[in-house]
Amino acid sequence: MDTKKYVIRQISIFSENRPGRLAAIAHALGEEKINILAFSIAEANGFGVVRALVDHPEKAHDKLLSLGFNIAFTDVIAVHMKDQPGGLYEVAKILGDAGINIEYSYAYSGKEGAVLILRVDQVDDAIKKIKNSGATLLERSVFH
Amino acid sequence: MFWDKKIETLKTDDLQALQLKRLKKTISQAQNVGFFKKRLADAGISASSIKTLDDIQKIPFTKKQDLREGYPFGFFAVPIKEIVRIHTTSGTTGKPTVVGYTQKDLDVWADLIARNMTMVGVGKEDIFQNMVNYGMFTGGLGFHYGAEKIGMTVIPSATGNTKRQIEMIRDFGVTTIHCTPSYAMHLSEVAEEMGESLDSLKTGIFGAEPWSESVRHSLEKRLGVTAFDSYGLSELFGPGVAFECEERNGLHIWHDSYLVEIIDPNTGERVSDGERGELVVTPLVKEAMPLLRYRTGDVTMLIEDGCLCKRAQKIARITGRSDDMLVIRGINVFPSQIEHVLLKIPEVGNQFMVYIDRINYLDEMTVEVEINRDFFSGELTDLAKIQKKVGKELRDSLELRTTVRLVEPGSLPRFEGKAKRVMDRREEI
Repeated sequence: MDTKKYVIRQISIFSENRPGRLAAIAHALGEEKINILAFSIAEANGFGVVRALVDHPEKAHDKLLSLGFNIAFTDVIAVHMKDQPGGLYEVAKILGDAGINIEYSYAYSGKEGAVLILRVDQVDDAIKKIKNSGATLLERSVFH
Repeated sequence: MFWDKKIETLKTDDLQALQLKRLKKTISQAQNVGFFKKRLADAGISASSIKTLDDIQKIPFTKKQDLREGYPFGFFAVPIKEIVRIHTTSGTTGKPTVVGYTQKDLDVWADLIARNMTMVGVGKEDIFQNMVNYGMFTGGLGFHYGAEKIGMTVIPSATGNTKRQIEMIRDFGVTTIHCTPSYAMHLSEVAEEMGESLDSLKTGIFGAEPWSESVRHSLEKRLGVTAFDSYGLSELFGPGVAFECEERNGLHIWHDSYLVEIIDPNTGERVSDGERGELVVTPLVKEAMPLLRYRTGDVTMLIEDGCLCKRAQKIARITGRSDDMLVIRGINVFPSQIEHVLLKIPEVGNQFMVYIDRINYLDEMTVEVEINRDFFSGELTDLAKIQKKVGKELRDSLELRTTVRLVEPGSLPRFEGKAKRVMDRREEI
């Protein structure tokens, strides 16, 4: 199975936990006409990581890097969910039954339904298991 | 009260004669140390060329950085088999400064502590709780042996567990305590919360960090003690170098054991009595580790007026440092040590800022470091690991708990010329 087409490039940006940092990131992406498709902030002791799926990850990377941000790519996958009560349960049960360990996850709900974005340990393995279990994975081309 | 009245009240002439005799002996002893042998040879000085006490000015100063070069045992003037104890103190960089003691040194040191404690009016009848670190820090064992020498009942409670400390004070009827002034403030607060009045306390001996008269009033009121200032440093044995008497107006430094000079830290020239400068000490009674004109970095002055207690000339309470050393919870920290630790951790940059605050009377140090671009994986957990690693390395090196804050690369100030990396936000205590 070609798993590559399901691997999505998330950008991860180190950010200090202080006012204005998110605005600085968002402003830079706006200037480059980069659209943010999904987004979350994870915070730890005094700092955080801004995670985003954007339509042009390379361009976003270069722009933020040129502004001095600490930025890295992270491989994630996206699973389609029904945008209705029980939708998350259905997918989460499949992942659990398939023995997939989630490092972190966030979700959004768009025109084509709801999407669960997952950071997992073994990406290829997880893609195969999810495909075999009958859930729908979104291809990279949906995002960028 | 006197422990050794004769020596503590020597007439000036007799004192100077004794100092000169001991100075010559110290110089001879220092000849056993390669560093001093070379220094003295370069300056063309030997014990016999010292005719008066003023001749000491021909000898170059010894600095803390010099001691670092000798790590670990390079400054010992006796074979290691004669050394019966080792303590360490923070060095200016990664390596600690090692100090060694012969049995005679330990006896002399305990005797100095005995003088101090007798001077403040405590003795056999008193129960003494020694609430400082008992490890490599000289304050624990130093006071311990001195207090035993004068027959006090000694409780080696060391640090930590404030509630238990308070229970012991109450249950054992402790009359005398020794700790840092900031810990004493903390102790008084916890005692208040517990509803303990600590009625048995009479005497508080506080040292290892500078403290003000307003803290003295506060501690005396809160703990019901008479508070005395204690001064010392590991290079000069440890605590016991100078101490307040019952007048509590300046500290008696033991001139028979320590030859005192006050200098302008910039020129190295002596300043007059009553003028502030850096305290330079030549210990006159040290066997294992003699030092010549040691620059303490502490700022004080020689007090012109005599003392009602008839002991010799006093120095003023220490008001600060002539270098960038910080005293945090009684532990000495040099910004260069922090830099040294960071240099060894590739995950973070070498720029840093240090913030010192006082929270509930205890010092808290926060170090900001920049995350290194090359080590940013994008994962929060990896960042948390780096944060933990930096905290652990700093704790191992400084023996001090610090809060580490990771900041974005390039966000810390860069300094041209003299860096100002330390923001001491503590209010004066």
